[in-house]
Amino acid sequence: MAEAPQQQEQQQQQQEEDEEEEQLSSVEETEADEESEEEAKESVHTTPTRPLLSMRSMSMVDPNDDSPNMIVFRKIEDIVTLIQDEEEGVPIRTVKSFMTKIPSVVTGTDIVQWLMKNLAIEDPAEAMHIGSLIAAQGYFFPISDHVLSLKDDGTFYRFQAPYFWPSNCWEPENTDYAIYLCKRTMQNKTRLELADYEAENLARLQRAFARKWEFIYMQAEAQVKIDRKKDKTERKILDSQERAFWDVHRPVPGCVNTTEMDIRKCRRMKNPHRVKKSVYGLVEEGTQSQSPIHTPSHHCRKGTKEDVEKEILFLNTQIDRHRMKMSKVAESLISYTDQYMDYDQFVTAQEPANPWTSDDPSLWELEASKEPSQQRVKKWGFSLEEALKDPAGQELFLKFLESEFSSENLRFWLAVQDMKRRPQQDVAQRAEDIWAEFLAEGAPSSINLDSHSYERTSQNLKDPGRYSYEDAQDHIYKLMKSDSYTRFLRSNVYQDLLMAKKKPETEQGRRTSLEKFTRSVGKSLTGKRLTGLMQSS
Amino acid sequence: MGEMEELRKEMENLKDQITAARKTFQDSTLQEAAAGVTVVGRVQLKTRKTLRGHLAKIYAMHWGTDSTLCVSASQDGKLIVWDTITTNKVNAIPLKSSWVMTCAYAPSGNLVACGGLDNMCSIYNLKGKDGNVKVMRELAAHTGYLSCCRFLSDTEIITSSGDCTCVLWDIETGTQKTVFAGHQGDAMSLGVSPDFKFFISGACDFTAKLWDIREAECRQTFGGHESDINAIGFFPNGNAVITGSDDATCKLYDLRADQELLTYQDSSIMCGVTSLAPSKSGRLLLAGHDDFNVNIWDMLKAERVGVLAGHDNRVSCIGVSTDGMACCTGSWDSFLKIWN
Repeated sequence: MAEAPQQQEQQQQQQEEDEEEEQLSSVEETEADEESEEEAKESVHTTPTRPLLSMRSMSMVDPNDDSPNMIVFRKIEDIVTLIQDEEEGVPIRTVKSFMTKIPSVVTGTDIVQWLMKNLAIEDPAEAMHIGSLIAAQGYFFPISDHVLSLKDDGTFYRFQAPYFWPSNCWEPENTDYAIYLCKRTMQNKTRLELADYEAENLARLQRAFARKWEFIYMQAEAQVKIDRKKDKTERKILDSQERAFWDVHRPVPGCVNTTEMDIRKCRRMKNPHRVKKSVYGLVEEGTQSQSPIHTPSHHCRKGTKEDVEKEILFLNTQIDRHRMKMSKVAESLISYTDQYMDYDQFVTAQEPANPWTSDDPSLWELEASKEPSQQRVKKWGFSLEEALKDPAGQELFLKFLESEFSSENLRFWLAVQDMKRRPQQDVAQRAEDIWAEFLAEGAPSSINLDSHSYERTSQNLKDPGRYSYEDAQDHIYKLMKSDSYTRFLRSNVYQDLLMAKKKPETEQGRRTSLEKFTRSVGKSLTGKRLTGLMQSS
Repeated sequence: MGEMEELRKEMENLKDQITAARKTFQDSTLQEAAAGVTVVGRVQLKTRKTLRGHLAKIYAMHWGTDSTLCVSASQDGKLIVWDTITTNKVNAIPLKSSWVMTCAYAPSGNLVACGGLDNMCSIYNLKGKDGNVKVMRELAAHTGYLSCCRFLSDTEIITSSGDCTCVLWDIETGTQKTVFAGHQGDAMSLGVSPDFKFFISGACDFTAKLWDIREAECRQTFGGHESDINAIGFFPNGNAVITGSDDATCKLYDLRADQELLTYQDSSIMCGVTSLAPSKSGRLLLAGHDDFNVNIWDMLKAERVGVLAGHDNRVSCIGVSTDGMACCTGSWDSFLKIWN
C-alpha cells in the first residue's frame, strides 16, 4: 500500500536539494507495491504536467475483489487512468492566470468530450452523468469548489492522487479531520480559508476533542512544517487533492455522501472493521465505538463438504431435466408481450385518462364496475387465468358453465383456492366440507375426477392440509381450460359482450355481419349440443 | 483435503455437463427471434407525483393490489402507506427498529410486513378494529438480516435473509413452516410466481434459485452473474425470471429452457442494479441503479429505450402497479416518485 504523503515528500525533498537550482515541478508517483518517481520539466506556458498518477495502467483494485463498490471503482479507475494517459488522454496543462499559474488542470468540457469519444457515447447528457459519477467519488474535482460535480464548460478540474482513491477503503476518523482543519487555519493563505461549514465542523470537533486538542494541535503543526518544505506548485496540487479527499468523506451539507454504504453489504466490504488507518500516519489508540452498521464479522460461507455433496446431488437431477428449445420459448415470450402491449401503459397510452395527471379516477371505476369495457372483455380471451382474475370474467364464466351443467368444476376450484388461504386451524374443516360437497358418494356437486386423482385425494384427506387437493385441482383446471373455456370463448354470452361496445363505423358493419354469421353457426352447434346433453341426463 | 478437491472436481464436471446439455437447445436466441418485432421507440415517462414525508433513506416499497396504494419503508424508522393519487399518507407506522430493509403489502390489503437488521419479519394489521395499526406478529428465527418478504395470503409469508435461507411462515402461529436452504451467500431478494406455487430468490452467491413451495425444494438454479444479485422478479407470464446484479447487468432466464436468454448491459452503465420491475406486458424492464438513475430496457431486443433521472441519490426500490398504470421509485434521497 502507498505510504503517507509526508514521508514521500521528505525523500523527494532530498532529491531536490541534490539537483541544480531550477524551477522544477516534481511529480510524485505512488504505487501499490513500490515507489518510483518521475520528474517533468515545466515551462512557463503550456507543457503537459502529469499529476500524481500510478505507473501501472490498470486499476489498483484487486481483480479478484468482487465486492460491489470495488467493481465500480475498478471501472472508474480504468477510465481515470486512461484519461490521464500521455497519448490517449486529455491534455493536462498549467494555465497562466492573472498573477499566478494554475498547475495541472483540464476543463470540464475536455473531460466530457473525451468521455464521449472514448466511451462511444453519443448523448452528452450521458457523458455528463458518468462524469458526475466519477467526480462525486472524488476521482477528479473542481479546483475552486467543494461541491464535487462536473460542468460541461471551462471550469478547471484536477485529477486525484491514487493515494486518496476510494478503493483504498479510507474511513478517516474525526481526529484526522480535526488535524486537517486545524492545520488549514495555521497557514496564512486565502485559498486555505475555511468555508462556513468547515468552520462549524472545526468548532464542533474542538468541543468533542477538548481533552485531546493539544495532541491534535501538535499533529497539525507537524503537518504544516512538512508542507512548508515542499515546492510551491506541488503544494498547490497536493492541497487541492487533500481538500477533495475531505470533500468526499466530509461532504458539504446538502451534498450526497458517496461513501455511504448499503448496510446489507457493509460487513462484506474490504476492510470492514479492522483498524482504520489514518491519513496522516497516526497510530490508532484505544478502541472506537462500533457503529451499528459494523456488526460482528459474519464468516463468509465457503462451501462445506456437506454443501458440495448436496450440490452434487442437485446437479445430478438437473443434467437430464426436460428443456424446451430456445426458439419455442422465445416465440412464447414474444407473443405474450405482443398480446399485452395494448394494455401496457408505458407502451400504449391507456383510456380513459391517466388518473395521475387528470385526477380522474374513472379508469378504476371502469375496472371495478360490473359492466366491463370491451378491452377488459377482450383480455378474458387471452387465457383462463385472465378470465378468472377478473371478478366479472369469473362470474360470466360461471354463468356459462351453469348453462352447460358443469359449474361444479369451477366452484370446486374456487373453493380449494379459498381453503388454501385460510388460517391453519380452519383448513382441516374446510377440506372436509369440500369433500362432502364435491367428491363424496352422492355429493350434491359431484365433480368428475379420474380414478388415480380420486385415490390420491382420498389418501391425502386422511391428514388434511393446504395441499390435499392439489392434484385434483390441477386436473379440474386442465379440464376447464381445454374444454369448457374454449367453448366459453365461442359462446353467445361472451361474444355478445365482446361485440357490445363497438363504435359505429362502416368497417364495423362489415365485421358485424361476419360475426353474425359465425354466431349463428355457433348457435346452431350449441343448440345441438344442449339438446344432446339434456337427452342424456 | 484430497476428498474435498475430488468433490469439487465432480461438481465442476457436472456443471459442465449441464452447460453442454443446455447448449443443445440453443437453436436460436431471443434477440434473433425478436429481430422482426416492431421497435418500441423512445420511452419517456414523467414524474406525476412526488411522495414526501420520509426523513431518511428509503430502502423498500411495494404496491398494494388495488394499484393506488403503496407502502414504503425508510431508515427513519417509519412504514408509510401512501395514497399515490392524492399523495396523502394513509398510515404512518412507527417501527421498533429503524434499520428496516424491506416491506410488503398483502394481496388482500389487510396487512403489511417489514423487517431488517432486527432479523425479524413484523406483520402489521391495517384493518384493526379500533383503527390503530398494531403489530400482529413478529416472526423471529432468522439468524441474519431480513432482506425481503412477500405475502402469499393473509396467513402465509415468505422471507429471505442474510443467513442465506428463505423461510415460509405461518402467520397465525408465528412459526416456520419450511426452510429453503441452498444459497451460499446472503439471500437478497425474492419474488412469488403468479400462481403462488413457486418463488425465486437471488443471492450474494451470484445465483438465482427457483423453489417449489409445496415440495419445499429447489427446482432450478441459474448462474452467470459476476456479483451479488440484488433484485429478482418474474416475467409477467410466470415462465421467465429477471435478475439485477452489482455487476451492473440484468439477465433474463427462462424456466422451461432452463437457461439464460438475454443480458441487459451497456458499457456506460457502471453502477450496480438495486431493484427491477417489468412493465405489464413484459416488453419493458425498469431497473434502478446506484448511480441515481432508472434504465428502461426493451426486453426482447436488449436495447436501452429510456432513462428516468429524477432522484438525487441511489434508487433503492422500484415497482410497477398491479394494473401496470404507473411505476413507483424510492430512493436514498428520501422521496418516492410516481411515473408514467
